[in-house]
Amino acid sequence: MALLDKRFRGPLDDRRRPSRALLVALVLASLTLITLDYRGGDDSPVEPVRRAVGEALGPIENGTADAVRPFTAVPDWFRSRNDLRDDVARLQAENSRLRSQAATADYDRNRLQEYDGLTAAAKDLGYALVPARVVALGSAQSFSDTVTIDAGSAAGIHPDMTVLNNDGLVGRVLRVTRTTATVLLIIDSDSVVGGRVGQSMEVGFLHGRGELGDGGSLDLQLVDEAQPPARHDTVVTWGSRDGAPYVSGIPVGTVTSVYSSVRETTQRAVIDPFVDFGSLDLVGVVVPSGTRSDRAVVEADGSMR
Amino acid sequence: MTFVRGAVAALAVLVALVLQVSVFPHFAWEGVVPNLCLLVVVGAALTRGAQFAAVLGFLAGVALDLAPPADHVAGRWALALVIVGYVAGRVRQDLRPGAGAIVATVAASSFVGTSIYAISGLLLDDPGLGVPQLLKIILVAVAWDVLLTPFVLPLVMRAFTRLEPARVA
Repeated sequence: MALLDKRFRGPLDDRRRPSRALLVALVLASLTLITLDYRGGDDSPVEPVRRAVGEALGPIENGTADAVRPFTAVPDWFRSRNDLRDDVARLQAENSRLRSQAATADYDRNRLQEYDGLTAAAKDLGYALVPARVVALGSAQSFSDTVTIDAGSAAGIHPDMTVLNNDGLVGRVLRVTRTTATVLLIIDSDSVVGGRVGQSMEVGFLHGRGELGDGGSLDLQLVDEAQPPARHDTVVTWGSRDGAPYVSGIPVGTVTSVYSSVRETTQRAVIDPFVDFGSLDLVGVVVPSGTRSDRAVVEADGSMR
Repeated sequence: MTFVRGAVAALAVLVALVLQVSVFPHFAWEGVVPNLCLLVVVGAALTRGAQFAAVLGFLAGVALDLAPPADHVAGRWALALVIVGYVAGRVRQDLRPGAGAIVATVAASSFVGTSIYAISGLLLDDPGLGVPQLLKIILVAVAWDVLLTPFVLPLVMRAFTRLEPARVA
């Protein structure tokens, strides 16, 4: 009877007095993990574990995203005729604008080819794109703006490659597993991109602000403070050596406002990115032309391979 | 039977994690998604007690820290969820908690957990947001978690309660 009594009380007692030692051990384990990862930096001992977890969870995330994708498209079916009419009007306006641009494109292209021949920059144009889809997004309460895409080392992707979509620059690859890659978005507060103001060719650094959604914007700090950018100037990437992490000439966004601080004697411009980071889906990863991949690669001349 | 219980708990965390990173971003509000892993840990705390919940919190936290989109210093969610599991487990020990108590526990846990995570980021010099923005994100996260409570917690708690007799026998 006493035994039975004890049996019944067992779990209850267990509940009333959770083991202090266990709690202390778990907290210490967490702190150890933080220390290891924080002190280790880029080659921390946690990195292989991260990769292993990614290898295991990547296919599951890919599968889930594939399963969910048809359902997230449902709201599009219920759009009214007025919405569609607005869309047509907007697209027609855009089309005519683009047509006028295209009219001068040949001239621009010829000029560009001449310059390229001179500066041996033709190599810069020999990029190919690996298409990929976003399968997982880091949440705002983790305070880092990262996404997972469904292409990894098997598709020819390596860390420090540029990621873009048809609107502009998205970010760079941080780490890869066989089937997935983690991408740091340019709006993350850790992200710094070399930028160039299209009009004045001034260079500067674009810092992310760590905000997702409508408030997602970038700060541009110019190297030469004498030439402030104007509103609606376009900012493109400046590019780095061997195109890692960012290739040059990718559109990033437009200048929405310029602040000059007398105290710090700097010009600070706010950039509204072209890419809508709240609804990222199809992206392309810039890979060297001729990369071996497990999927079709969009070559520099627009052909699929 | 401990093995079955552990396996079910691990499976619950895994499902919560995958839903959290792959499905809920489509419904994100200001970029904030409901923290399903935290809800599972609170559910475990309310049915199984603080000790089990703290261990589960550690595992769920490590998973959140290491699963693909994550890029922050590993161990931060682990620390937050261990404390959430422990604190939530201490709230109600003798009685079966009612709906109000569950919602209150979830709200408190969500606030404590997200705050610990945010504060650890500030301590580690994560160049991030100012305090007002942090507070806004934390409050949105609490709202999301409370909103999802009626759908997630009964499921989790029923699963863990069903495993309870196996443990006594």
